[in-house]
Amino acid sequence: MTKPFDDYKGKLPELILTELEEAAKGLKMPEARKMLAKALEQYENNQAEPGEAVGIVAAQSIGEPGTQMTMRTFHYAGVAELAVPQGLPRFIEIVDLRREPRMPIMEIHLKEKARGDEKAVIAFAESLEDVEMSQFADIEENFSKQTVAVRFKEEKLEEHGIDMEEAKKQIEREVRRRAKEREGASLVFEPGFSTLRSLRRFADRIKEVKLCGIKGIRKAIVLPEKDGSGWFIKTDGTNIKAVMELPEVDPTTVYSNNVREVEEVLGLEAARNALIKEAKLVLDGQGLNVNPRHVMLVADVMCYEGEVKAIGRQGVSGSKASVFARAAFEETVKHLHNASIKGHSDNLSGITENIIIGQTIPVGTGLVKLGMKE
Amino acid sequence: MIGMRIVQKKIGSVEFGIMTPEVTRKMSQIRVVTPDTYDEDGYPIEGGLMDLHLGVIDPGLRCKACGARMVSCPGHFGHIELVRPVVHVGYVKMVYTLLKATCKSCGRLLLDKKELGQYKEFITEEEREMDEDAALDIIQRTKKSNKCPHCEAKQPSIKLIKPTTFFEEDQRLLPSDIRRRMELIPDNDLKLLGINYKVARPEWGILTVLPVPPVTTRPSITLETGERSEDDLTHKLVDILRINQRLRDNIAAGAPQLIIEDLWDLLQYHVTTYFNNEVSGIPPARHRSGRPLKTLAQRLKGKEGRFRYNLSGKRVNFSARTVISPDPNLSINQVGVPLPVAEELTVPEHVTEWNMANIKEYITSENYPKANYVIRPDGRRKKVTEVNRPDILEELEPGYIIERQLKEGDIVLFNRQPSLHRISMMAHIVKVLPGKTFRLHPAVCKPYNADFDGDEMNLHVPQTEEARAEAWKLMLVQNQIISPRYGAPIIVGDQDFVSGGYLMTHRDMSFSRRLAERVLVAAGIVRPPSPDLPNDRFSGKLLFSQCLPKGLNISYENKMLRRGCKKCEKHKCDEHDSFVVIRNGKLLRGVIDKVSYQGILLDTIFREFGAEAAREFIDKSTKMVIVAMMDHGLTISVSDYEIDEETSKKIDAVVAKSEEEVNDFIDRYRNGQLKHIPGKTLQETLEDNIMAILGRARMDSGEAAGDYLGDKSSPMIISRVGARGSILNVTQMSALVGQQAVRGGRVLRGYRNKSLPHFKDGDIGMRARGFVEHSFYDGLLPVEYFFHAMGGREGLVDKGIRTAKSGYMQRRLINALQDLVLREDGTVRDATDTVVQFVYGEDGVDPMKCYGNNAIKVRDEVIYYDEVDRGESTEFEETGGDEYD
Repeated sequence: MTKPFDDYKGKLPELILTELEEAAKGLKMPEARKMLAKALEQYENNQAEPGEAVGIVAAQSIGEPGTQMTMRTFHYAGVAELAVPQGLPRFIEIVDLRREPRMPIMEIHLKEKARGDEKAVIAFAESLEDVEMSQFADIEENFSKQTVAVRFKEEKLEEHGIDMEEAKKQIEREVRRRAKEREGASLVFEPGFSTLRSLRRFADRIKEVKLCGIKGIRKAIVLPEKDGSGWFIKTDGTNIKAVMELPEVDPTTVYSNNVREVEEVLGLEAARNALIKEAKLVLDGQGLNVNPRHVMLVADVMCYEGEVKAIGRQGVSGSKASVFARAAFEETVKHLHNASIKGHSDNLSGITENIIIGQTIPVGTGLVKLGMKE
Repeated sequence: MIGMRIVQKKIGSVEFGIMTPEVTRKMSQIRVVTPDTYDEDGYPIEGGLMDLHLGVIDPGLRCKACGARMVSCPGHFGHIELVRPVVHVGYVKMVYTLLKATCKSCGRLLLDKKELGQYKEFITEEEREMDEDAALDIIQRTKKSNKCPHCEAKQPSIKLIKPTTFFEEDQRLLPSDIRRRMELIPDNDLKLLGINYKVARPEWGILTVLPVPPVTTRPSITLETGERSEDDLTHKLVDILRINQRLRDNIAAGAPQLIIEDLWDLLQYHVTTYFNNEVSGIPPARHRSGRPLKTLAQRLKGKEGRFRYNLSGKRVNFSARTVISPDPNLSINQVGVPLPVAEELTVPEHVTEWNMANIKEYITSENYPKANYVIRPDGRRKKVTEVNRPDILEELEPGYIIERQLKEGDIVLFNRQPSLHRISMMAHIVKVLPGKTFRLHPAVCKPYNADFDGDEMNLHVPQTEEARAEAWKLMLVQNQIISPRYGAPIIVGDQDFVSGGYLMTHRDMSFSRRLAERVLVAAGIVRPPSPDLPNDRFSGKLLFSQCLPKGLNISYENKMLRRGCKKCEKHKCDEHDSFVVIRNGKLLRGVIDKVSYQGILLDTIFREFGAEAAREFIDKSTKMVIVAMMDHGLTISVSDYEIDEETSKKIDAVVAKSEEEVNDFIDRYRNGQLKHIPGKTLQETLEDNIMAILGRARMDSGEAAGDYLGDKSSPMIISRVGARGSILNVTQMSALVGQQAVRGGRVLRGYRNKSLPHFKDGDIGMRARGFVEHSFYDGLLPVEYFFHAMGGREGLVDKGIRTAKSGYMQRRLINALQDLVLREDGTVRDATDTVVQFVYGEDGVDPMKCYGNNAIKVRDEVIYYDEVDRGESTEFEETGGDEYD
């Protein structure tokens, strides 16, 4: 940064400074100084005032347009895109912090060397798809003989370039049993279970044996990079950890819309960013204009206790300090009983508590206290 | 009561704990023994549930405990001595855990010394509370051995048959046994399990004595027939008393253990349902009519429960509600209050030496505005009547408070539900008007989301100086012009104001002196400018400029700008007048449209000249524009949507061509020539393509219709300018309605292989799948009508679900975020002073002061205004199903 801009470092946010510097191109020094002074004045004038109920404003700013959101899942006509739940259902999913979104999606960008060749990327994408044994073989249990027979579909195996011997070993490893016999494309297992149920379960276990791909990824499609530098992969189903470890993949750009997973693999800060990004994506997709500061506050409230918590009784609202606030939200009786056993006391420092008691709420002008010397 | 009352005491905290039997007995006024309530004369029976020691609910009677009469006696508790102890349903879980975790003979926690040592700090540190995880961990550990490490006693397994029956191995554990065991558990061991022994000894979870709530909490009501109907709680208490008595008698008579246990269980059932009538595992206690009784837990729980209905939301006085209607002659910060309402609502006014004359006038006056009540310094209220008027005048002195009727210039809060955001409640200035409805300026409809099809709104009169001051400074309408959600104006003139602004400032528009004066006077401007056109005529731009603040300089592109028009893009187009230039408050170029009315112009005025100037601008311009438009006229009739033969043919051709294309795709689909898009099935690909084609067909035919109707036709003006409707609505009315959507796609469901019986099996052509090729003007075919109704129904159902879902989401959001407040040090903290954000929004900038979403305004040409109208779509869109855009 150049001279006059340096002086304002720390006084104005970085982002604004860069924008100003961009705008100041071609300006003379005194003009630039004048502009900066004005910007600072504006910035300081626009500071929020103490006492402002920023939480409520944020909640309202997000909740109010909720009524305008659509419910439907959109399929973009003509464009190859996975169907993403949008609008209200997706937004609720985000604040609910569902363990797995209805449509978990991952974006995988490859390293520069690997992304150019469409065919190669397609092949790579296919190799990611999680394929189970059941797609490659007919698996039947025979109760009278107490065996399970696996009949490979040879053409399918060939299609995916899997060697039958390898597949056999894979099964044996996973179910910890050796195949009793092998004739042509069939394997027979004799697991030694005597009940029909356990035999069935054994057969199911074989069906679920993974032959190739990455766990959790159901489908992978290849799309052109926006900057035209090649191709990237979009998947149905997510598994950040496994994908990041692949040598072809650029690990810094792997993205998943599963916030819980992001938290587990990449940590809290990443989860916060994911929350903001996903929430904004929904709002923008609906053409709703919401100041990002509101979205950020919601994300922060979901994260500030050190782990991502949902908005609702299992999350933020359920872990509030005030007994009254919890009782007034949901599960009234449970909270009252628990409070009595633990001997909790409510210090009446929040909003709901004071409304219940009938006192001034500690927000805005209610925050100001007057003291008098004796 | 009102006004000068000084709050001297403040509740600092509220503690929770289990009531001990001693406390229950101590706070009891009387031991209740008789299950009966009233005698034959309707007088409360002594020792019964309606005993006069428990409070009075009959007028004329006095409370035997405190001597007070009906309303002033708060009521007092009584108690019932239970013959045999019973388990309190709420503490079954605690009792169960303790039974399992402690020794049956010595009561110690089933942990050895070494294990106990690990948790030492929790025992030694008095104030330290056991954390939940550690407590759960301890419970897990106690499960390991079945021998007590302290007294070596063997521990049989404990089973709980829900809700309240305990078994040890197969032996029934009676509540009395359980209570003895609970008594054995040492305090320190309880602490390890997260139980605060000071307020919650576990034996108190087994009830030996039951508090009887005051009668005031369970008043009986007298029916018209003279019959008394008791409260559900009283019914339940009667049941308890009856069984308690029978149990006592049976024990005294030496009845067999089996019978005693049965009665005991029955007592347990009644006590359980007395606390909570929705316990799983037992049938709910019912009223004679079969309705389940509403007992204690049900009173507190849920939306209609005590917490949400009475404590979090309270009923208020000094409020009014009636239907609203529009009045563009008001200012945006006014509200028209009907006289009958103004006569009923009052504002307290303190009597001082200095306003005595004024006050006396209110008292003497027989007509509006007069004083309705007088409040003496001792708090007694007196209604001002014909009779006592002289007396009141006589005794009036400083320190008195009078309640005078609401009058013009008072500040009130105005609110429309659902109150989804803070601007659903704003402060308005009263303007008393004849009639029976509240009147408001149409420009404040948007924040309230109000219309005038029968909407009602509420009005509240603040009663204290603080409340009034805050209303004036913080809640007044003009201070809310900018939305805190997106930092752009939300209080804006829309619809007619926008089209009026356009018509008025259009370059072809000129005004005679007579008309110009009318227009200006409507806005309250009495000094007309000198005419700027020949023949003593005025341009609309000149007139409009009169409501702009002097010193305003701004230039921006408006909605008229056409991409592709070379002049427009260079900001030099006179034909479209698409570049607005305002210099020193003079509109030099450009036509006023939605962007001006709702966007950058108003925004700039607000920020550079303040809220008052912005209010003035809205007030003046809306009034002016309406007069101008009334003279010019802007109407819409069926004939405005008529199109000629030629255009009709054009549209037919577009449809025919599209059909060809669609059929071509279908053929290729059937022949297997269609290549599917990666990630989609063949059928999805086909549908996508057809949808795209039909979408285009609608666009093209809409364009054709629009071209015919021309820029000068009313429908095109209002949609172009942004006043109402879109090109889509014009298309649907004039050209064709287009594809109807059900579940986000073409109509696929219905009969097997077809959507309606009118089509051939397997027909997937455009008509068979919900394409409506007629316009509303032409009229729809029966089949088309049906498809249209399908789309409409889906929209309706969708809307219902959406409101419910988003309502709940908002409740959760509010609950999670409500305690967050920006503190003096710039941090955002919750109720426990924990920091949520170190700097609010990472830069401390108020979203309401933001320029759009930016902290400061770097460039001038940034244009921002509200999102596209989506929820506010027209009837046709709403019922006409969703379209593909």
